[in-house]
Amino acid sequence: MLEHYLPIFMMILGGVLFGIVMVKLNEWLGPRRPTEEKLTTYESGMEPVRTARERFSVKFYMVAVLFILFDIEVVFMYPWAVAFRELGIIGFVSMTVFILILLIGLFYVWRKGALEWD
Amino acid sequence: MNVETIFFYLLGAVFVGSALMMVTRRNPVIAALYLILNFFCLAGIYLTLHAQFIAVIQILVYAGAIMVLFVFVIMLLNLSDERRLSEAISFKKIVAGGLSVALLLELLYIFVYRKTDLPTLNAERSIEIGTVESIGRHLFTKFLFPFEVTSILLLAAIVGAVVLAKRRLD
Amino acid sequence: MATEIVLISLLKILVVVLTILTCVVFLVYIERRVSAFVQNRVGPNRTGPYGLLQTVADVVKLLMKEDIVPRNAYKAIHDLAPIISIGVALSTFAVIPIGDTIELFGRQIKLIIADVNVGILYILAITSLGVYGITLAGWSSNNKYSLLGGLRSSAQLISYELSMGLSIVGVLMVSGTLQLDKIVQHQTTYLFGWLPAWNMFLQPIGFITFVTAAFAETNRLPFDLPEAEPELVGGYHTEYTGLKFGLFFLAEYANMITASAVITTLFLGGWHLPYVEYVGLSSFILSLVYVGTFCVKVAAVMMFFIIIRWTLPRFRYDQLMNLGWKLMLPITIINVLLTGIVLLILH
Repeated sequence: MLEHYLPIFMMILGGVLFGIVMVKLNEWLGPRRPTEEKLTTYESGMEPVRTARERFSVKFYMVAVLFILFDIEVVFMYPWAVAFRELGIIGFVSMTVFILILLIGLFYVWRKGALEWD
Repeated sequence: MNVETIFFYLLGAVFVGSALMMVTRRNPVIAALYLILNFFCLAGIYLTLHAQFIAVIQILVYAGAIMVLFVFVIMLLNLSDERRLSEAISFKKIVAGGLSVALLLELLYIFVYRKTDLPTLNAERSIEIGTVESIGRHLFTKFLFPFEVTSILLLAAIVGAVVLAKRRLD
Repeated sequence: MATEIVLISLLKILVVVLTILTCVVFLVYIERRVSAFVQNRVGPNRTGPYGLLQTVADVVKLLMKEDIVPRNAYKAIHDLAPIISIGVALSTFAVIPIGDTIELFGRQIKLIIADVNVGILYILAITSLGVYGITLAGWSSNNKYSLLGGLRSSAQLISYELSMGLSIVGVLMVSGTLQLDKIVQHQTTYLFGWLPAWNMFLQPIGFITFVTAAFAETNRLPFDLPEAEPELVGGYHTEYTGLKFGLFFLAEYANMITASAVITTLFLGGWHLPYVEYVGLSSFILSLVYVGTFCVKVAAVMMFFIIIRWTLPRFRYDQLMNLGWKLMLPITIINVLLTGIVLLILH
């Protein structure tokens, strides 16, 4: 079974290696003439004010949390979808219940305004 | 040594190495990256056990979703240095250390004295069990109730996330 | 035995990767020519015949440029981000069937790098890692525009990943497998005896939502907010120069090729050309015809990507998130339930 996955490992390694080689090749071929101005952060010509690593809106965090929860829901659907014909009506009903409970969650999030961006 | 054993030791070495690096790095973003590498190796180890579906879900959910949240939180709180965190948590370190040692002792006990009780891997059968088809077949018949309970758990988590973030959203 | 597998797959990987890279070069050229055509300009036409070598010249230029890492940037992660992006973009192609089996030197060779049981999930899993390339690029640059671009983009990518994952559930229910080769095989039959059983016809809602999500996942207009030039300079790659910038660019186009190939495989019948099995070609010629069909279909989808980019304006960020969470997510869930009901009635 593992030999089916061997090409995948090779492909991932190959892709990453390609990236490393290209980055190194550029470092090696390109010139290196650093100046004070060149190394400052580019902010449309303004003098950079403080660091960029400030706190940012909690909404991004909210999206990430909701993504995880719904992603887990979707993950449960794959084995169900593949075995759908065997499971028949009972499988369909149990998945419908599962989806409905999570739809309540989506509805709650929606009503609470966590999906609003302004 | 067959291919699978070689694979297991290779992945295991990277697995342990990345875990150690993750714990020892000062910069939390770098630590998170090592954890992602760690999850990748774990997926590979699942593959050596023929658990194909679990392996790919390990990457999809842990490396691709949960770690995104980790990275976001690290960036959100601007934890550019670990020192800010480490001040208040010295007693937690003791508890964590104690728990880790207990787990290690437990595992050692099982592997040394109760090895015969461990389930063995039947290669022929395990290939069949690890596929998505068989997981679907078992999850929605034998384990239907735990599956439905999961949805309640997820719903609770959704509500919890909104309640926690709500003060900030307003 | 093991070395033979390794050698054959090495050969396949080499062919596929080289083809993707060559395609990217011409894709960029075609994109620039089409955009010029749409905007009533001439476009690149000086380098080589019809300007065909323009992209090659660009790559050489990028290769010779200075690699500038800003003083406040985090060098290691700044280097790592484009490597993640390109690694992810190239390795997704591993499970896509390019054709049926072909007989070469007396052995049957499957025209797919890795025919695994979890096929489509592998693609989703690897694509989900693409977020890191963009987030880390934005964060490590220590530039406010980069950080904003990176954050926006990661939120966009994860939101649309959900709809993407949900929109294929219907396809999986119809074909009953995750293996891409079997999904294609399933589409080689005919409905009512004449209509090719492409999932595009069996799963119209899934098809539309998947294509929309694919646009968002590849950061193409109308969803190219991470780069939104008027607001964010260059977005997450503002602080990138030389080939590191080139790698992001390359990854974007490689992702577009992969997305087109996945759309073709899942919804447009993959490598199968309808009715061709009735013509009575020899098996070798037939395999070549299938590979050709696959390429033509992928090219057509890519052309669609390009024309959409130069036709539609960009969404506002709130519109984008609303579309993802309030429209695409409910529609795809309803599609799953509808598919279930229809399948239950039919059987």
